[in-house]
Amino acid sequence: MEQLRETPLIARHTELGALIAPFGGWNMPIQYEGIIAEHRWCREKAAIFDICHMGEFLYKGDIVSGGLEDVFTFSVAGIPVGRSKYGFLLNDQGGIIDDLIVFRIAVDEAMIVVNAATADNDFTVISSRLKDPSLITNISAAIGKLDIQGPLSRDILVKLFGSEIATIPYFKFIKMTILGSDAIVSRTGYTGELGYEIFLPADKVVELWDRIMQDPGVKPAGLGARDLLRLEVGYSLYGNDLDESITPLEAGLEMFVTFDKEFVGKEALLKQRSQGVGRTKIAFRVGSRRSPRHHYEVWAGDSRIGTVSSGAFSPMLGCGIGLALVDPKFAAVDTPITVRHEKVSMEASICGLPFFDGGSLRR
Amino acid sequence: MPATYYTKEHEWVKIEGNIATIGITDFAAHQLGDVTFVELPATGKSVKQFEVLCAIESVKAASDIYAPVSGKVVSINEALETTPEIVNESAESAAWMACLEMSDTAEVAKLLSREQYEEYLKGL
Repeated sequence: MEQLRETPLIARHTELGALIAPFGGWNMPIQYEGIIAEHRWCREKAAIFDICHMGEFLYKGDIVSGGLEDVFTFSVAGIPVGRSKYGFLLNDQGGIIDDLIVFRIAVDEAMIVVNAATADNDFTVISSRLKDPSLITNISAAIGKLDIQGPLSRDILVKLFGSEIATIPYFKFIKMTILGSDAIVSRTGYTGELGYEIFLPADKVVELWDRIMQDPGVKPAGLGARDLLRLEVGYSLYGNDLDESITPLEAGLEMFVTFDKEFVGKEALLKQRSQGVGRTKIAFRVGSRRSPRHHYEVWAGDSRIGTVSSGAFSPMLGCGIGLALVDPKFAAVDTPITVRHEKVSMEASICGLPFFDGGSLRR
Repeated sequence: MPATYYTKEHEWVKIEGNIATIGITDFAAHQLGDVTFVELPATGKSVKQFEVLCAIESVKAASDIYAPVSGKVVSINEALETTPEIVNESAESAAWMACLEMSDTAEVAKLLSREQYEEYLKGL
């Protein structure tokens, strides 16, 4: 069995009494005081998340001639320096190898931020598609990453590291010095709240964590709260809602695919677009507090129309919510559905996204 | 004096005469984490000892609750329908789930005492 990896913060998590469990090949904190309390704290104040497990690759060289331009579903050369962009790495069939964010650090430099569980494979795939694989380096082990998310996150970081942080617009980032080291502070996150992601050398992460944790507005939140937060705003989770058998068109994420450029998987997506998808992502709300869960069946009347990809109890809405892949014939908003698993059956209704739109994201 | 017994599935049952009041233990509530839903049994439902009585869900997982004794459900704690978090706050008192009219009081012989239950927890 593969040895589970640990972030530099594992001792901090243990001291805080976190419940620690395997996630994507890593031992990660699932919760500290409790998932719902951490979720609420993030929506009302600010939560800090250890995201050191995610992968980072650094590309240095000419983006167009080096071959990076055709690797993803969007144009890297088209990202202005200082901005980041979300999109996909696809296989030949258009299936999603990973969803990721590319940061355009300089004209000839880009950082690719990927999911933990897929990082090693992503690096192999991306390298194999470059004309010169020596231009890309896997810097995952050297980079630490902390996310501070919540309506108070800006005030807290400005107090600690200066007013420059307040100038970062949504999906942009700046390079700055934090704790004497080069860092990237990005106005991104996956919670629906105003928030920042800080990348800095891995050996500075514990010190940064301790500094931020001194603020009484901050509490740590684990992967349990993170999953509720991301689902409430309707974001997809790799491994649940996205995988190599699902295309961006099926996942309802076509907006992150640029068809007027070349990329691996484009032909398959064009074919799918002309023929129509066999299944499509829907969002639904349950008529009770019951939680739908990954793999539960979705029924419309007597027809089984699909499968739940993510589900949870929404603390903000007070009911069960979920994402599912279903037959497009049954995908209209307000369609009544039944979600079933063994003895469990719950009435639900297809709805629009996001489930919760009262967050501080654009504040 | 009512006597309280326990099961290896982490239910508690308080017995007064032939009425059994049932809930889950503090240990179980802690293991579940934030409780978000309790599926209470229908009143009038009859259940056999150690069969599924109802279900409980937390943010993390869904679990069955088993009847510590056989009997008929005569009342349920409706407060759990709207505020299931009581289970996390007060699993062994306010968050009782159902009262059963027992059909066989001799079944308590198959249950654990508090001391036996605590000993059982140490081995988990």
